[in-house]
This record gives sequence, C-alpha cells and structure tokens, in this order.
Amino acid sequence: MNGYQALSYWDVAAASVFLILNAACSIALNLGLTRKLIVSALRMTVQLSLVGLVLKAIFFAGSLWLTLLAAAVMGAFAGREIMARQDRRLAGLWGPGLGAGAMLLAGTLVTAYALAGQIRPDPVWQPQYALPLFGMILGNTMTGVSLGLDTLHTALAQGKREVEAQLLLGRTRWEAARPALRQALRSGFTPIINSMAATGVVSLPGMMTGQILSGVDPQEAVKYQLLIMFLIGGATGLGVLGATLGSLWRLTDTRHRLRLDRLGASRSGPQ
Amino acid sequence: MLTVRELKTPLVGPVDLALTKGGNTAISGPSGAGKSLLLRAIADLDENEGAVSLNNASREKMPATDWRRKVAYVPAESGWWADYVKDHFAPAPDPAPLLEALGLKGALSWQVNRLSTGERQRLALARALQLAPDVLLLDEPTSALDPPSVARVEAVLKEWTTKGCAILIVTHDPDQPDRLGAEHFLMESGRLVGTLPQEAAQ
Repeated sequence: MNGYQALSYWDVAAASVFLILNAACSIALNLGLTRKLIVSALRMTVQLSLVGLVLKAIFFAGSLWLTLLAAAVMGAFAGREIMARQDRRLAGLWGPGLGAGAMLLAGTLVTAYALAGQIRPDPVWQPQYALPLFGMILGNTMTGVSLGLDTLHTALAQGKREVEAQLLLGRTRWEAARPALRQALRSGFTPIINSMAATGVVSLPGMMTGQILSGVDPQEAVKYQLLIMFLIGGATGLGVLGATLGSLWRLTDTRHRLRLDRLGASRSGPQ
Repeated sequence: MLTVRELKTPLVGPVDLALTKGGNTAISGPSGAGKSLLLRAIADLDENEGAVSLNNASREKMPATDWRRKVAYVPAESGWWADYVKDHFAPAPDPAPLLEALGLKGALSWQVNRLSTGERQRLALARALQLAPDVLLLDEPTSALDPPSVARVEAVLKEWTTKGCAILIVTHDPDQPDRLGAEHFLMESGRLVGTLPQEAAQ
C-alpha cells in the first residue's frame, strides 16, 4: 500500500502526447483552437514549474516573512482575477478593493482557524501546510466572489426599473434589491454546492487523489478532504456574503436610492 | 402642501413649485426638458439639492421610505419584479374597488408578462394609490390608453383630488390639463419657464 512512484520528466512529456494529438486534430479539422490549446498548455507548464521551484525555496528557507510574502502574492493575483471576471465593476477604488477585501478576509480567517485549530503544524505557519491550504481556500472563494459580484451588478444594472418600482412603494433598499441579491448569492454559492454534491461519486477531489497517489491511507485522505471542503465552503460563503452585501450597500444610499452612478460601464458590449 | 424650493440636479433646476391640497398641477414641455427627472428628484430617487417639504415637514427629516409613501411617484414605465400582478399589491387595503374603477376587474390574478402597456400603466397607478399618498407625481399616466380608459383614469384622479390629494402630472396631451382643471406649467431645459393659460371652462 505504501510507496510513492516518482515520475521522470520524460514520463511527464510522454503524458502530453494526447494533448498534442488534439492539437493535430484541430489543425486537420481547421477548428482554430490549436494556438489557444498550445499556448495555455505551455503557460501551465511554465507556471507550474516556476511554482515548484518557488515552493521548494520557500519550504527550504522556512521563513515566516517569505511565507507571508507568498500568500500576499497569491492574494494579489486572486484579487486581480476577481476584477477581470466582472462585466461591470464598482467605480473607483471600490472596484478592486471590495471583492479582494472580502475574499482575503474570509480566506485568511478560515485558513488561520484551520491551521491553529485543527491541523496544528509546528510552527503554525509552516509553509508546507499554510500555502496549499490558503491557495485552495482562496481559489474557491475567488470564484464565488467574482460570480456573486458579477451577477449582482448585472442584475441591478438591468433591473433598475424593478428595483426602483419597489423603492417607490416605500420599501427599503434591502427589500427592493432582494431579488437581485438572492440571484447573486445563488450564483456565488452554486459552484461550491455542486462540487460538494458531486464529490466522491463522480470524481475524486484532486487533493485526495494526490494524497492517495503519494501513499496515504484513503480514509486519512478522506478526512483531510472533508476538512478542506468544509473550510472552502465556509470561506466561500463568508466571502460571497460579505462582497455582495458590501457592494449592495455601496450601490444604494441611506436615502434608499439605487446608485448606479457608482457602477462602471459594461465592458463586454456586443462582441 | 408640497413645497419645492431651489430644487437642483445636474440636469434640472433650479425649480420652485408649490402644490396645494386637492390641487392639480400639470407640466408639459419637449422631450428631454427634464420633466421625468424633476419628478424623480421630488421623490428623492436621484440625488438632488434644495428644500422639499410636505405640510411644512422637511423631506430630509423623515426616512425616504416614509416620504415615498406620502409622495408617490408613478414613472412612465413601470417595473414589475414578480410573476403575478397580485404580488405587486399589498393585501390591505383591498385593491379590488380601485382596480374596478380603473377598468381592471380581476386583474390581481393576471400574469405580468401578459399585460398590455395600457394595463401596466393603470396597474402601476393603482399600486401607488393603494399607499393612499398625500401627493401623486404622475409621469404621462395615460399615454398608452384608449379614450374610454383615459376618461376612467381622469375620473379616478379627480376623485382623489376631491379627497385632498395633490397631483402633479406630466403630460403630452394638450387638453388633459384643462380636463383636470390643472394649473399648467411649461418646462424647458430643466426649468419651469412659465404657465400656459387655462382655457375657459366649457
């Protein structure tokens, strides 16, 4: 049961043969996907190789500051991604700030809780645990937050008349925006709910697969996976809730007006 | 009753206006003159400067939600957030008599996406009247109606003014202000530029 099968770089290269076959098919069928396929495969190779090097260096150094720096870089990339995934963003500093802030707050809180409470490595910030954990939590929270904000902003911009109709009947901004908020929360929560429902039946989660492949007892791997899923679910929920409520607060005011002037223009337009 | 002083938004004003209890006031003017924006500003739906008060109570002293129940604004294009008409009305007071007076008997069970423009227009008015407001701000409330429906709506409006409601109506119908016995203002480039003579009562 124990024992870990190490891969050589030739093994890795050989695994890409089917991907190259796909590219060849794309050329033959003139699908126009070749370039995208190859570029993204190369990009992934470079990114992951670099990450391998960087993680090795950080693990070797065992420095709290380096670990925090790595976490900050991850947070910055995730924050940028939240921005990029919204068709309409809040104007001004709120645009980058709110989504990233909610994600980082939720992600950091949940990661710290798990490290200090359940996983308890020594030292508690040990990068072998802290960084992958933070990354998984951050990645999922990022997806949820960007979906939630994108849905909320589109729903408010397109549903201005419906929201204002409720305001005009003397309802508060929270009551009037409830349909949009509900829609946003639903779309922010959907990925995590779906992945919890399908996990284990349809696919084995990547982390658990990794642990099993490296020789960990499946029952132990399951325990870790459950822990991670609970943490991810919790962080995503907190992040989505914080970001959408914060954005709704910003897009309305104390006189219960809808303030779409605080929302930027749609960036997609007709494509 | 409703006093508007130095009301300003980036595109409107300054506007001074006074509505009296039970009085009708009409505003006409070219498209883009800021008529709808003026009504939105009075309803406090857009940011605005100036002093607006109802019965000497300043608008800023009360929550915006209370203000909009007392000063009800019905926009030219109404919004519908649920599937059925009844979900847009409060259960009390019973909206049925109001709907019947507007020629919409049984409309509560109708589906919103099957309503005609004219039906939406009258339902939006009924929805606002259910609040029993002190002031009604109406933006072209009869633009999509056939003559019998226009007559019904105007009859309902007159009934409300006799009950003491003050009405401010934006209209493109040149005869409507006279039919309602309204003081008639002309609006151009964001300002009220004068009154139009009221024709002799017929």
